[in-house]
Amino acid sequence: MSIVFQRPHALTNAEFSYCPGCTHGIVTRLVAEVMDELGIEGRTIGVAPVGCSVTAYNFFNCDMVQAAHGRAPAVATGIKRSDPNNVVFTYQGDGDLASIGACETVHAAARGENITIIFINNAIYGMTGGQMAPTSLPGQVTQTSPYGRDVATQGYPVKVCEMLSQLDGATYLERVTVTDVKQVRNAKRAIKKAFQNQLDGKGFSLVEVLSTCPSNWGKTPVQSIEWLKENMIPYYPLGVYKDKGGEE
Amino acid sequence: MSEKVLMKGNEAIAEAAIRCGCRHYFGYPITPQTEVAAYMAKRMPKIDGVFLQAESEIAAINMVIGVAATGKRVMTSSSSPGISLKAEGLSYLAGCDLPAFVVNVQRGGPGLGGIQPSQSDYFQATRGGGHGDYHMIVLAPDSVQEMATLTVKGFDLADKYRMTTMLLADGTMGQMMEPVSLDFDEPTVYDKPWAVTGTGCTREHNIVNSLFLKPEQLEVENVARYERYKLIEQNEPLWEEYMMEDADICIVAFGIAARVSKNAIAEARKKGIKVGLIRPITLWPFPKAPLAAAADKVKAFLSVELSMGQMIEDVELATRCKKPVYLCNRVGGMIISPAEVLAKIEAIAKGDEA
Amino acid sequence: MSNTNRILIAGFGGQGLLFAGKFLAYKGLTEGRQVSWLPSYGPEMRGGTCNCSVILSDEPVGSPIIENPDILMVMNRPSLDKFEPTVEAGGYIFVDSALIDRKVEREDVKAFYIPATQMASDAGFPTLANMILVGKIIRETGAVSYEDLMAGLKKCVSARHQDLMDANFKAIDMGYRYEG
Repeated sequence: MSIVFQRPHALTNAEFSYCPGCTHGIVTRLVAEVMDELGIEGRTIGVAPVGCSVTAYNFFNCDMVQAAHGRAPAVATGIKRSDPNNVVFTYQGDGDLASIGACETVHAAARGENITIIFINNAIYGMTGGQMAPTSLPGQVTQTSPYGRDVATQGYPVKVCEMLSQLDGATYLERVTVTDVKQVRNAKRAIKKAFQNQLDGKGFSLVEVLSTCPSNWGKTPVQSIEWLKENMIPYYPLGVYKDKGGEE
Repeated sequence: MSEKVLMKGNEAIAEAAIRCGCRHYFGYPITPQTEVAAYMAKRMPKIDGVFLQAESEIAAINMVIGVAATGKRVMTSSSSPGISLKAEGLSYLAGCDLPAFVVNVQRGGPGLGGIQPSQSDYFQATRGGGHGDYHMIVLAPDSVQEMATLTVKGFDLADKYRMTTMLLADGTMGQMMEPVSLDFDEPTVYDKPWAVTGTGCTREHNIVNSLFLKPEQLEVENVARYERYKLIEQNEPLWEEYMMEDADICIVAFGIAARVSKNAIAEARKKGIKVGLIRPITLWPFPKAPLAAAADKVKAFLSVELSMGQMIEDVELATRCKKPVYLCNRVGGMIISPAEVLAKIEAIAKGDEA
Repeated sequence: MSNTNRILIAGFGGQGLLFAGKFLAYKGLTEGRQVSWLPSYGPEMRGGTCNCSVILSDEPVGSPIIENPDILMVMNRPSLDKFEPTVEAGGYIFVDSALIDRKVEREDVKAFYIPATQMASDAGFPTLANMILVGKIIRETGAVSYEDLMAGLKKCVSARHQDLMDANFKAIDMGYRYEG
């Protein structure tokens, strides 16, 4: 009997702490599969953020550091500069990366720091219970925008890939999603490329994954997928925003 | 012994750090410590080291956390307002049990304050600075030579106890030049099996983390850390006793305030007043033993500080208030003069102070 | 002469005051004395008033801060106004008379007037008025020895400016020999 499907070696057997139907689990697994396929688990160090993936250090078999809220790119910079032969990635949500950690994100990109960032954008603060995120859509109802995000007082969402694409230091920026098998495969391709870029010394790579949050969106997993397609993708178009490595 | 060179205190810190194996420096410009960064920027690229000017103090301390997690010697330096920004990272360093070396060349506060010398971050430094139960080892140099030797000592203590050592200097110490010898013993190399260096797929993964969601587990972590602190309090206090043999009045002062006090002591002794000095070199652990012993011999203590009176609380605690403890201070970047200290000594000797 | 010299050097930023202090400190060091050098720092570095304190002593230096110098060197009028009253009785004041239009008012100090900035300019090294004044300080106070000036200069002139060594030496010498 041949094994056709199994847990990637780079994933521990710890149970995910993600809610049922949340797409975090898919992305976490994709990162582990990529580590396996590139054979880099033994020299990879991951940085977990504050947010729903705060305990990501329990899920990955590689060495892990847990960072303060928003500081993962700075911590990753330290790890990478300590030993550039190691592979360093951060796994961050939208509050962590685009709000409190916006400065660290922008400057890691501006420096062209040779690290890989996996950015989960689900347009809401998940772990604290559904508050407005920097990426919440105009009109989106959350715990802290109970009447819908009013752009007049609460401002507009931050489009991370578009913003970072203006920086000469950024090498590779792509926005993907995981709403169906085809998109999952595409997301894995992008994540793998973001790691491969680092192995090739090409510099800062970030993959933004549009994700769902059924618990805090107040929707079923299936409804969430639909909501993402109908609302998030039009505002956050999928695609490559920068590929300096590919252009060469 | 090698030839002595004249160096600024800030430069002496940087060179000493390099000589004891620090190859990673992260910082952000702020007066009056910028020479540390400038020196590192010049030297690090020539010795395969890393100098990085971070986007903020917060980023700098988190880069320090990243390198510390990999087990290598690393440092940052700043001045008072910048240290407040680093406080988050200091708490995480403690929670993760990571060794790091942090320099605070103090200036006057609060807020943006001023840029002239101060000692008003004493509470912040000796009580940890950030949130949660923790300490840093705090070293207080009073000369350019000590800026260097305590840097070397600081890196060693950080590695030995897996915690942050803070060098608490002030603008005078940072800016002044004095002769300094930079001959040091080879640094002790500590085993760091906890470091994140890549598993090589040959061991369980290491996790550097300060998150413990189960309260019973977090309690265990805290209690274990304080067991280590207890050892430090037993083994590591450092202090200098100066003219204490026959002293009736004991000045307690560190850093530049101790230097000024020594001038005042010389003048007081010319007038027949027996004054001595206990100079804490470690502010945490505070040298309680010599102060407790002095409390049985002297008539009064005088805490000389460039703050509104912060260390004085530790003097009162260490002496169990057995004898009166007086304060002699200037703040805001003003430096107390020997004459002011002398006046206070004379008032105490006459019994005018109450 | 007491066994401690407290030298305060004051003027505008850019006049080489810190360097003059550094030379004296290094020269003292090569003569086996205990030394400290403390600059004022901050925005005044950019052309405002600037000063540095140098202590040379046969004993360990206590506070590096000088409140009452026994040697004051001034290169602008505000510095003379500010520091003249602080000089110890019996002390010395060295005035760049090319830049300061008044005399020292106190009678309990020894005052010397050297048109250093003019002399430096005439001699073709306009940036070395500071060292001309240092030369005069050496002559009048003996705070450091005139012998082996190069030993001190070598320590504080950076490697890429070794060509300036001779000019510095000449400037010190010119001040040392200045009669007035």
